[in-house]
Amino acid sequence: MLKSDKRINIIIYIFLGILAFFMIFPFLWMVLSSFKPSWEIFQMNIFPQSPTFDNYSYVLEYSNMGRWFLNSLIVAGASTLSVLFFDSLIGYVLAKFEFPGKKLIFALIMSTLMIPTEMLVIPWYVMVDNFGWADSYWSIMFPGMITGFGIFLLKQFITTVPNDLLDAARIDGVTEFGIYWKIVLPLVKPALATLAIFNFIGNWNAFLWPLIVTSSSSLYTMPVGLAFFSSENVTQWEIVMTGATISTIPLIIFFLIFQKQIIKGIARSGIKG
Amino acid sequence: MKLRKKRIVTAYAFLTIPMIFFIVVRFWPMIYSFWMSFTDWNLLSNAQKNFVGLANYQHIFTNETFIKSLCNTFAYVLVGVPITIILSLFIAILLNRIIKAQGLFRLIYLMPYITPIVAVSWVWRWIYQPLPTGILNNLLVSMGFEAQGFLNSTTQALISVVITTVWMNLGYCVVIFLAGLQTIPQNLIEAAKIDGANRRQSAMKITIPLLNPIVLFMIVMQSISFLRIFTQVYNMSSQGTGGPLNSTKTIVLYIYQKAFVDYDMGIASSASVVLFAIIMIITFLQFKFVKKDVGY
Amino acid sequence: MKKVLFLLVLVSVLLVTGLFAKTTITYWQYFYQTKKDTINELIKEFEKENPDIKVVHETFPYADFGTKVASSIPIGKGPDIIALYYGWLPSYVGADYLIPLPEEYFPDEYIDENFFSFVKPGVTYEGNAYALPTAVRALALFYNKKLFEDAGLDPDNPPATLDELLDYAQKLSKYDNKGNLIQEGLGVQPNNQGHHWFREILVRQFGGTPYSDDGYEVTYDSPEGHAAFEWYTELTTKYNVGFPNFVTDDRTAFNAQKSAMLVDGSFAIGNFLKNKALDWGVTTIPSKDGIEANFASFWCHGITKNVLSDPAKEEAAAKFLKFITSPSAMKLWLENVGELPANPELAAEYNDDPIYGPFLQGLSYANSTFFVDETAQRNVIVDAFDRVYLEGEAPDVSIDEAAEIEQAVLDEFYGK
Repeated sequence: MLKSDKRINIIIYIFLGILAFFMIFPFLWMVLSSFKPSWEIFQMNIFPQSPTFDNYSYVLEYSNMGRWFLNSLIVAGASTLSVLFFDSLIGYVLAKFEFPGKKLIFALIMSTLMIPTEMLVIPWYVMVDNFGWADSYWSIMFPGMITGFGIFLLKQFITTVPNDLLDAARIDGVTEFGIYWKIVLPLVKPALATLAIFNFIGNWNAFLWPLIVTSSSSLYTMPVGLAFFSSENVTQWEIVMTGATISTIPLIIFFLIFQKQIIKGIARSGIKG
Repeated sequence: MKLRKKRIVTAYAFLTIPMIFFIVVRFWPMIYSFWMSFTDWNLLSNAQKNFVGLANYQHIFTNETFIKSLCNTFAYVLVGVPITIILSLFIAILLNRIIKAQGLFRLIYLMPYITPIVAVSWVWRWIYQPLPTGILNNLLVSMGFEAQGFLNSTTQALISVVITTVWMNLGYCVVIFLAGLQTIPQNLIEAAKIDGANRRQSAMKITIPLLNPIVLFMIVMQSISFLRIFTQVYNMSSQGTGGPLNSTKTIVLYIYQKAFVDYDMGIASSASVVLFAIIMIITFLQFKFVKKDVGY
Repeated sequence: MKKVLFLLVLVSVLLVTGLFAKTTITYWQYFYQTKKDTINELIKEFEKENPDIKVVHETFPYADFGTKVASSIPIGKGPDIIALYYGWLPSYVGADYLIPLPEEYFPDEYIDENFFSFVKPGVTYEGNAYALPTAVRALALFYNKKLFEDAGLDPDNPPATLDELLDYAQKLSKYDNKGNLIQEGLGVQPNNQGHHWFREILVRQFGGTPYSDDGYEVTYDSPEGHAAFEWYTELTTKYNVGFPNFVTDDRTAFNAQKSAMLVDGSFAIGNFLKNKALDWGVTTIPSKDGIEANFASFWCHGITKNVLSDPAKEEAAAKFLKFITSPSAMKLWLENVGELPANPELAAEYNDDPIYGPFLQGLSYANSTFFVDETAQRNVIVDAFDRVYLEGEAPDVSIDEAAEIEQAVLDEFYGK
């Protein structure tokens, strides 16, 4: 019995190991290719024979990478903070308040998850112009200040917070906002972490809307900036891979730092969702 | 009674800003594009927005390319969702059995999920290239197999994009299923063992049924994500056309091309209304099914 | 008294600011480092000559340029002058996005005298000219000298006829032991320049015409067109000297020395010059039965309806457009970007240039397709090729189907 268990375990490890290689290989290829000089890029060796930083210095020289990085950080960071606040507030109201029209409002919010973004960008752009928001960080991030997904996620979590706890606070004279801020929020921290991470990644990678709304290169986010390396002419794979690596590394670092919360968070979203 | 009223007022007060936001940023544009789907709006000439009735809908439903995109989109869902769900469930069950390095594997499997889709699509496009530069084809040939067309083949291109998408979404699903498995009380399985159930029986009788709500939730979310598939298709086909011969084109790519290449916002709007309806119907049916079946 | 003084001051302030107020115009093009730099240089010079005009220059990623332009229109912002591929002109003009070139700056004879003859029909729509180019493009045959030597071919004697081309391509192709192509003899990429090569060159060389004289009818669904398309598709299906998307695309393959020959435009020169490892030459497009043909195209600059709000803007835009399409600008463009000048006299100076010469020779007998919907018309040929290559359809059936689809595109545009 034990012997067969061990054998099965070894098989499992081998299988999982192969799968892990399969999952990680494209990254490996991407990162290693970014260190290859152009003449070596199509030789099918995995490791660069004459590694070089030329591609990085090229990308950095012909771009405003530092600024784009900062822009992405600001846009993704600020809209994530807004999402955390508003989504949890709405989630709290939908989970713990009874009022006429609640079902309808929830259904409407859910339906926003199903609208293709491609159809929204033109009206948004008209709006940006009408309100005079052009050329500002605000114009890039306003469509994502509140999200249906986050509301749905947090509503499910806040529903599990015991009502007794909230009622006790009410008796103590805590305001409704105080209850939300001091009692509900600390209790759903893991869910907030999940949402923060999903939302940050989503905003970091957003392309179509930032492309349309930004005109000056000082406002570009990373994905928009990297699109400048697509050209009418030759596809320079080593440069493409360098751009891809540069845009991925911050997320990997972010992920490694927050991996515990992310995994906990994702796990919760599935179970509670 | 007074308290109840006060709480209603509080609820509305808290909801005011968000509701204004949703009306302005989501519903107004949605209604706008619904209205636009009945016009011949050409994006290049903003002035021209004539009412044309159902002509746009008539156009897309008799248009070969749109029908093809519609079929492809369903193909992505029908192929992609089962593969993702079954494979990730299987991996989660395996991961649940091991103790050492569980966290490490989970971490590695999740990496594609956090990488920008555009970057991932570029790498995969390279992987799928024909000889002499295609990574996968080099591997196949060195192992004695025939080289394959992958993205250059009308029969393999769609499945190639599906594989890339599964690769991207797999880790996310594995992590969720794993967490689900870990919440199943161990004593249930022990009890089954004592009753003489073998591993397969205990999996079929206990694990799978208890995971049902999570599986069904994941099916809904993955279906929506496959129905809206765009970025990887756009970046993996030559010149972003959804080729070869439209074999990978999806509805969202069709909408994008109509809007921003042909500037035909009327057609693009009507196609997006159709997509919206499809997603809503599928989501509604799935939720309904979920609710009835497992009391979710 | 005080009131009068105040009024006087006010009026003079208004006058002064009015006189010295700068007119700001915006110019958009897609991003390409040397093009961006060259335009910036030209703007500096232009602003020195016209101190009352300020030019804002913005660039966008090549692949997303159309998206960016389209989304700027509903809000009436966007550029006053825009760079566009000449094939986009009909849809831009059809939607009233561009305004005709102001007569006083660009009289008919000015265009006739200063630009290649194929330019005018390419930018004219219902009798009005709408845009002008700085540079023009033609096709030629690039070849890799080192790969020629490796194959025992004379690197100073590139193929001159289609038969030679096919013969060379076969000699230059390499296969692995399973018959997989690992070095292209000749790049085959319909969605790059391949569709132009077929449409404007091969069809004519096989004795046909791609379109009727008035441009309303597709005419490559003829026996000559069938023969041309059969020849073109057989490069892949019969001789396997190249196929679409080999090493990403034909130009990338040539740049990486995985393809020995390439039919491409003059705009590719800049890339190959940068590639020090590549030993390449260029020659005129191979002829057939003594028939020479070429395809000319260009990016041009047009004035948008955004200037209509302000006559000063319109004037400034016209001045700037004239400036960036002047011979001196063309010269700078050639030096920096490496694209052929749109002025035939200026271009003639480079007739014997080993690199520019073959393209200029091509320009003398080139045609340029009048596209009504460049993307759709390109995809028609690309799909026709794929049907033969991937689905085994007969070339004549496939190209007839293509002609039918393209005819529908033309009919829709011309309102038939």
